[in-house]
Amino acid sequence: MKKILILGAGTGGTIMANKLRKALDREEWDITIVDKHKTHYYQPGFLFIPFGIYNKQDVIKPKANFIPSGVNMIYSDIDKIIHEENKVLLEGGKVLNYDFLIVATGTRIDPEETPGLKGELWRKEIFDFYTVEGAVALQEFFETWQGGRLVMNIAELPFKCPVAPLEFVFLADEYFTKVGIRDKVDITYVTPLPGAFTKPIATKMLGELLKEKNIKVIPEFYLESVDNKEKKIKSYDGQEIPFDVLTIVPVNKGDDMVERSGMGDDLNFIPTDKYTLKSEKYENIFVLGDASNIPTSKAGSVVHFAAEVLFDNLLCAIKGRELRATFDGHANCYIETGFGKGSLIDFNYETEPLPGTYPLPGVGPFGLLQNTKMNHYGKVIFRWIYWHMLLKGKELPIENHMSMAGKKKS
Amino acid sequence: MAQKTIAGVNLEVTDEGFLVDSSQWTEEIAKELAKEEGIELTDKHFAVLNFIRENADAGLTIRKVGKSGIVDIKGFYELFPGGPLKLSSKIAGIAKPTSCV
Repeated sequence: MKKILILGAGTGGTIMANKLRKALDREEWDITIVDKHKTHYYQPGFLFIPFGIYNKQDVIKPKANFIPSGVNMIYSDIDKIIHEENKVLLEGGKVLNYDFLIVATGTRIDPEETPGLKGELWRKEIFDFYTVEGAVALQEFFETWQGGRLVMNIAELPFKCPVAPLEFVFLADEYFTKVGIRDKVDITYVTPLPGAFTKPIATKMLGELLKEKNIKVIPEFYLESVDNKEKKIKSYDGQEIPFDVLTIVPVNKGDDMVERSGMGDDLNFIPTDKYTLKSEKYENIFVLGDASNIPTSKAGSVVHFAAEVLFDNLLCAIKGRELRATFDGHANCYIETGFGKGSLIDFNYETEPLPGTYPLPGVGPFGLLQNTKMNHYGKVIFRWIYWHMLLKGKELPIENHMSMAGKKKS
Repeated sequence: MAQKTIAGVNLEVTDEGFLVDSSQWTEEIAKELAKEEGIELTDKHFAVLNFIRENADAGLTIRKVGKSGIVDIKGFYELFPGGPLKLSSKIAGIAKPTSCV
């Protein structure tokens, strides 16, 4: 029996397990997937928890529901990959051998990287919303908050779901308007980027929207430390910003297992060929999604598009043929903008987000870089699509590669 | 794109003043570019600039420079005040760093 081993049963690992089990002969190929958690989180839903739109039970389901029969699911911590010997050590000493390895261990927040961040105010007046615990704690805080300075800060690049902190401040604007204290809440968006977003056209559109909603932007702020006593965030070049409540995207890193295996860069992301999705160093190791260092968004949509490419290339590799599929860095992100509206961006390695319609030229129904109700519905419906179609590797009616159809080049 | 004469050499630069061809870079050009930004280059600056040139292809972050062993992040800000990665990339004659989102 030949063996495929998948590390991580998040969005990427689960999609791959479903696709591969369908495609490969059960007599010939053994497929195993390892993850330390039994719960699958619908991570795009975390954003809605602080505002009471979703609760914890809306974003969790057992991982086992999504792993097809014929795939071995192991719940265990992973110690490390020993690539010279084609094997993986699990915590407790169990050894798994592989012919091909897919690393899909994702990214996680590491508040310990910033001095003072995980101090006495952590989850009392300083919150993340990238974990279910953080999002729930923030919901409880907001329920009785009387207003003050709300600071949204991004500690480091890259980070998962780059539009999430923008959506967070848009939704905060709506939430505090509806509870009637918007005039007492000062919202400031503090980012290491030169503006609201990286690419010029989207930055302009989103920057105007922030202004319209009276949200202040402080760009080029690179976080050094958090002062719990004075309630300030401090940058390396001496700027200080006071807060009453700090919501933060802490430094994002790849899994510690990557560091223990000696396979990562300075933030534990694995150097990966951005077109083939094969590890730059190892012939029989592929890297899917956030765990890799490919220069595109760390987001579920990217993983979904990349999974198609990785699947094709793994089949080529199994046959000893050249890898013929290429990934274009395609990302597709709904952006909640508050008050029942949303925007949408669609882009790849080469093309920045452009205005237009998606997926059908001129028809939509979704508007790219436009602020519409339909885009918001797209985001709402997506949770159903995620649980019922995407994780199971079913075909969705959208193109894997980014298309220029429907986009306007100005 | 524009033409610019720096340290007696005719160079092609981007609208933001980044060298188009990194191989044309010399220490003299670096000194001129630094002067435009109000920076007098020291040996420490050059050590950082060399690190940046050597690691340009691998993708640079402020954190990575901070772990280079040449300067810590604070020191990097002191050498290139304001936007250290952008400024040092410009003076090192490499392309403007792109943050990918």
